[in-house]
This record gives sequence, C-alpha cells and structure tokens, in this order.
Amino acid sequence: MVGVVLVSHSAALAGEAARLALGIAGAGARVAAAGGTEDGALGTSVDLVERAIAEVDQGAGVILIPDLGSSVLTARLLEEPGQVVLADVPFVEGAVAAAVTAATGAPLERVLASAEEARGYRKGVGGSRHVSDP
Amino acid sequence: MDVTFFTAWIQEIIRVLSINRDLLTRLDAAIGDADHGTNLDRGFTSVRQALSDTPPDTPGQLLTLVGNTLIRRVGGASGPLYGSLFRQLGKSLGDAPEVSLDDLAAAFATGLESVTRLGKAAEGDKTMVDALAPAARTLSSAAREGLKPGEAFGRAAAAAAEGAKATIPLQARKGRASYLGPRSVGHEDPGAASAALILSALHP
Repeated sequence: MVGVVLVSHSAALAGEAARLALGIAGAGARVAAAGGTEDGALGTSVDLVERAIAEVDQGAGVILIPDLGSSVLTARLLEEPGQVVLADVPFVEGAVAAAVTAATGAPLERVLASAEEARGYRKGVGGSRHVSDP
Repeated sequence: MDVTFFTAWIQEIIRVLSINRDLLTRLDAAIGDADHGTNLDRGFTSVRQALSDTPPDTPGQLLTLVGNTLIRRVGGASGPLYGSLFRQLGKSLGDAPEVSLDDLAAAFATGLESVTRLGKAAEGDKTMVDALAPAARTLSSAAREGLKPGEAFGRAAAAAAEGAKATIPLQARKGRASYLGPRSVGHEDPGAASAALILSALHP
C-alpha cells in the first residue's frame, strides 16, 4: 500500500490532518504526520520527515504532502523519483484524497493523481463533490 | 585553497552570523516570522560541532558536511536552501585537496542553480538569490579576469551586499514575506542579508 506523509510547520496540524485522513480512509491506510521541529517548535525537521517516511513505506511508494515554506523545501529535498513523491495539493483535501485512494491498494501514480484532483474541489456554488465520496 | 582555507571561511561565517543574529531576526520580524537569526545561529552552531566531531580532509567533504548539517538543523526554509548551496559547492569541488578560484567560481554557479531550483526564486523576488546571484556572477568574472582570490572575494562580497540592499524597495514574490504583498516594500530581505554576511566572511 502507498504511504502518505503529511509535512506541516505545526506538529498539531500534521497530527490532526493525519487523524482526519485516517478517520475517513479507514484505519488500514498508511498515513504518518511529520510536523514541527524536534523540540516541538514551529518549523520542519528532516529527521522527523524521514522517520515518518520509513514508518509508512511498504515498498509501494510514499506521497509527501507539505503545507508551506520549509515544509515544501524539505519535501522537495527528500523526493526520490518513483518512490518518494511530492504532491502539490491542498493540505487537508489532498491528504484525505490520497489516503482514501491509497487504502484501496491503488498504485503510486493513481494515488498522486487522486490527490491532485483535490485541487479542483469547489466549495461554493457548482461544487457538490464531497472529498469522502470519491 | 585547501581544507584549512574553507574551514576558516566556515568559522568566520559562524562568528559573523552570531554577531548579527539579532539584526537578522529584526529584519525577519519586519516581514517574516522573526526566526532567521536564531535559526541560522542554531544551524551553524551544529556545524561547528559536526566539524569538530569529524574533521573533514578535503574542501568538498567539508562543504558537504556543512550542507547536510544545515539541512537537518536550521528548521526554517533557509536550512534546505543554504544546505543545498553548500552541498552543491561540496559536490562540485569533488575530492580535490586544493581548489582554484576558477573551481570555486564554477562551484558557486552550480550552487546558485541548486538554490533557485529548490526555492524556485529568481532575481528580483526579494530573496537570498538577490545577493547570491550577483556574487556568483562577480566571482566568475573575477576568475576570468585572473584576479587574486582576495580581490575576487572583496568584489563578490560587495556585489552581495549591494544585492541585499537592493531588496529594500522590492515587493516579495517568494517566501513568507510574499503574503504581505506591498507591505513587504521598504524592508531588506533577511535571507539576502544573511547571504551577504556569508559572502563577507570569505577572506583569502
């Protein structure tokens, strides 16, 4: 199963987004949070992100979903083509879409495409698709 | 220029950044999140430790170690950016025990490329690139003219400082300050300021 790593400036934000994604995708999904620095401050820790990747990596690939700034730069640095891939997607919607698709056993490209579709979800008039209803 | 020269450069960077920690943090407080000075100071303090734990044998080894340490220890966006710069400098210089001004200028050009590739910033976006790019260009032209390293470094540092000052009237298009839009105008970019300090630490 493809793994999903949520990389945020904030440990609490990454943790809650991971909980939400798991709640919607089901406990079988492989989602890990890597938020904040190792001493709990706002920022990004390469070590925490690497640990999270190792935690969810089952050999089918890992999707990194960063929020902003150093999270994005750190995720870019840790990309390994075909194996560890950054998804340029909205943090929460992308995380849920990726987790739900990954839980079906879909391959890496399919999970990435599904996360990228989350960019198009409209929340105003004319958009009725619900992220938990793929 | 051998590993002793580059070690002296890094030690001088550590000293200069520590002296200017509060200045960088003040610049960052105006248009960022007020952590640039402390982040860099923390990163380079770890560099000092890493260098004394495993003293490198070549310039390339040293600069790679500096880059890897910054990526892991800075904690802000400047960690991956400066980390990539130093890592690329190390990679370009390879395992040569001694490097020329030509080698260093070529390494700087590729180091700048790795920063712009990662951060996707161009000159004029009000980032460290506004100091690094003119410095890299100046080093290259100084090497072509056959200048002595001391003179080349002086010119590169001046170009970086000028580039940093020139960010004051700019509106930020990358990084945390870009959220401020027109309110980012009138402040020197902290990343450009730290890049100028790093160049100013380069002495023959």
